[in-house]
Amino acid sequence: MKIIEVNQGNFESEVLKSDIPVLADFNAEWCGPCKALRTMLQELAETNPEYKIVSINIDEEDELAEDYDVSSIPCLVVFRGGAEVKRSVGLISRDAITELMED
Amino acid sequence: MHDIIIVGAGPAGMTATIYARRASKSVLVLEAVNYGGQILNTPDIENYPLEAHISGYDFSTKVYEQAKGLGAEFVFEKVTELREENGLKTVVTTKNTYSAKAVILATGSENRKLGIEDEDKLTGKGISYCATCDGNFYRNKTVAVVGGGNTALEDALYLSDIAKQVYLIHRRDSFRGEETTVTRLKEKTNVEFIYHSNVTKLIAEKRLKAIEVTNNQDGSVRTIELNGLFIAVGRVPENQNFAQLIKLDDAGYIVAGEDCHTSAEGIFTAGDNRTKMLRQLVTAAADGAMAATEAIKYLNNL
Repeated sequence: MKIIEVNQGNFESEVLKSDIPVLADFNAEWCGPCKALRTMLQELAETNPEYKIVSINIDEEDELAEDYDVSSIPCLVVFRGGAEVKRSVGLISRDAITELMED
Repeated sequence: MHDIIIVGAGPAGMTATIYARRASKSVLVLEAVNYGGQILNTPDIENYPLEAHISGYDFSTKVYEQAKGLGAEFVFEKVTELREENGLKTVVTTKNTYSAKAVILATGSENRKLGIEDEDKLTGKGISYCATCDGNFYRNKTVAVVGGGNTALEDALYLSDIAKQVYLIHRRDSFRGEETTVTRLKEKTNVEFIYHSNVTKLIAEKRLKAIEVTNNQDGSVRTIELNGLFIAVGRVPENQNFAQLIKLDDAGYIVAGEDCHTSAEGIFTAGDNRTKMLRQLVTAAADGAMAATEAIKYLNNL
């Protein structure tokens, strides 16, 4: 599966109403660690079809960032059944991302 | 068994990798998080003799691809222990154990924390260690910067153009950072200097909403309501796991000269975690070249 770009318009359908767990990546174009994380997420998205990975650009979607109290990026938030269950701030290793995705 | 294990995939470690591979030594690079290291946080590098502007991410990706292209193996695991026995070096990670004839430690440094309660819990919830990364979240809000070095001063200056109000909290009344930056900060109407003071308490509900600042001269306590706290109190080298084997200085840096030799034979160091005068991208790369060259010499004499 590919990473899905999410905005205010499709946030509800792609994240809150998703049948499968969602890993939401809050990021920005100017953020270096976000780009490094993105490379890892891209590979994980391709190898983990049971998971949905979405990307939210905080400059374009500042309301979503505010709604979810994101004030430091990169920020990964795991949603299950429409609710936030886990969160991680800063660049983390691939193993740490996988761990975040586990139950 | 590898010829050389390089710990850390920042600019120093990756440069060492390039030199070692070009000398046909087998190289395993062990990195805890991701290639690039601290330079990833720099949006625009302007002082490296290569291009007028390049982002830290683009720079590291190019160097990574260069090192990979030369046949280096990269494994992303955190090193927890280093042992030495009859010349053989054993490197233990959170997942595996590896061995090599020589080791280059290029672990860099990490942000120094204030060490007060709830600091970790509130990181990303009002606490940040990177003003250029997170400053934009505080447009027209109130923030404080803690520290007295160049980073703290530059952070305060950067934030003064974004935030409504900036407090600069420093434990002394004079700054280690550049005088020109101090002068520019003093001209700002939305920057207040709080001298002789330490942040002693974080007050939060869901996120940080205030801090308690204690004056270290008269003991008076002041509460400041704010949205963000930027901590810029320096960096600490990541050498704790090697302290039993090699000599560190009082601040925790690996004691090594220009030749990058540590106190243990066959173990070398490169980059920000070594005792040195100038910690810059270009000196990290230079260290990488030196450490690899010395490691190659060591291997060829075995």
